[in-house]
Amino acid sequence: MRRLAEILAPVLLLAVLLGGWEIACRALAVPAYFLPPPSKVAQSLAQDTPSLLKAAWYTLSNALVALVIASLLAQALALAVALSRILERAVQPLTVVLQVTPVIAIAPLVNIWAGTDHPGRAVVALAVVVAFFPIYSGALAGLKAVDPDLSRLFDLYDARPLQRLFRLQVPSAVPFVLQGHKVAAGLAIVGAVVAEFVAGSGKVQGLAWRIMDASFKLQTARMFAALVVLGVMGAVLYALLDVAERAGLRWWRGR
Amino acid sequence: MTIASIREVEVDYAGRGKALGPFSLAVREGEIVSLVGPSGCGKSTALRLLAGLEAPTGGEALRRPAPGEAAVVFQAPTLAPWLSARANAALPLELAGTPRRPAREKADAALARVGLAGAENARPGQLSGGMAMRVSLARALTTEPRLLLLDEPFAALDEITRRALADDVLALWAQSRPAIVFVTHNVEEAVYMASRVVVMTRGPGRIAGETPVAGPIPRQPGFRTSEAFRQTVELVSGLLAQGMAA
Repeated sequence: MRRLAEILAPVLLLAVLLGGWEIACRALAVPAYFLPPPSKVAQSLAQDTPSLLKAAWYTLSNALVALVIASLLAQALALAVALSRILERAVQPLTVVLQVTPVIAIAPLVNIWAGTDHPGRAVVALAVVVAFFPIYSGALAGLKAVDPDLSRLFDLYDARPLQRLFRLQVPSAVPFVLQGHKVAAGLAIVGAVVAEFVAGSGKVQGLAWRIMDASFKLQTARMFAALVVLGVMGAVLYALLDVAERAGLRWWRGR
Repeated sequence: MTIASIREVEVDYAGRGKALGPFSLAVREGEIVSLVGPSGCGKSTALRLLAGLEAPTGGEALRRPAPGEAAVVFQAPTLAPWLSARANAALPLELAGTPRRPAREKADAALARVGLAGAENARPGQLSGGMAMRVSLARALTTEPRLLLLDEPFAALDEITRRALADDVLALWAQSRPAIVFVTHNVEEAVYMASRVVVMTRGPGRIAGETPVAGPIPRQPGFRTSEAFRQTVELVSGLLAQGMAA
């Protein structure tokens, strides 16, 4: 009974909010370009399903490619940094500066570098930039978060640096790396969407472009429809990575 | 012959004050020394110095065990959660370059010696506290160490498991007779386990005194209730009280 209530609670809240929204729009005769009622948004969703899915796939595929690239780069750099204290010192200021610079501020620059004929490259590149840090900092923290007694044991048995790295530090980092990927996946979508906004051309036909296009035409219901797809897409990706993280942790712990 | 020896060593952690010393201890081959003292007196630090895992800030380490000569069992089982019991026990051998197959065969044998035959594939998370500690012990035994350093290995276990493990450690000692340094703050356990008990003062720990313990090892069934045991426990308790006041 309690479990059922827990499942139903968010559904019920959503239904109440949507119902209130619908009633308010009708009762106050709010113009549809200002705030369309949920029924209009649903209508727009149904009408535009094929083109919305195509746009969603454009954004998602770019975000996923970026996630893979960011994952490889971040883990490789974390490994190199874990082996060399000097390299860590050298890299640290750069990583901090890149991390605190808003992605929207560097997007125009990346657009120029990617070339106006290849806005897709800029989308991937910016998504890589934002997805990089959670994985890098997670991996680095994990490589350092070694059980001190286990580390002493490696000292006692005279382990070589590479043995220490691959038999102690890398396995110790697994939970941190999994967590980093979960955060990075959501950020990769954010990065892709921001890049699409900045690219702003008809060549980039992702969800951000759908939102912009609809906003130019004051088709607010279509904007909401694209936002719904974006939200659902992000939530599904997060849920999938959450499941992957749990499975990974179960494998890591053996239970 | 001594297997590990430290003389007049001191450990002074910058900012955290003095942790140990001056403190001297020589461990002879094949003997079991219990190191007993109040919490925070530097017992574990002394153990790390004997193992060569830490360098003293004063005094000297006269003899340190060579690589592969010493093994340590910590207060927690300190197992890698991502490895099976077998792979955990085989780790020291594999780090030393023994090929995987013979290393794992030796690990299986060591697990059998500590009563864990059949649990080779279990992960640490699937084992009870006592079983995990046995895996830790098996890992220490795989290298056939000449010096076994036990840092309060039973502290987190219940009384029944502690007693069973204590007898098991002594039985294992009888098979290959490594020198053992057994750190504890439990006086009865210190006396039961050792042929010599060294008592430390409160921190920074120095030696408050020491006493030999009579009787054969492994212990006979009535040892805990014997007069010799009771008298040694009283003697050690007295030394401990003096050490606290010092």
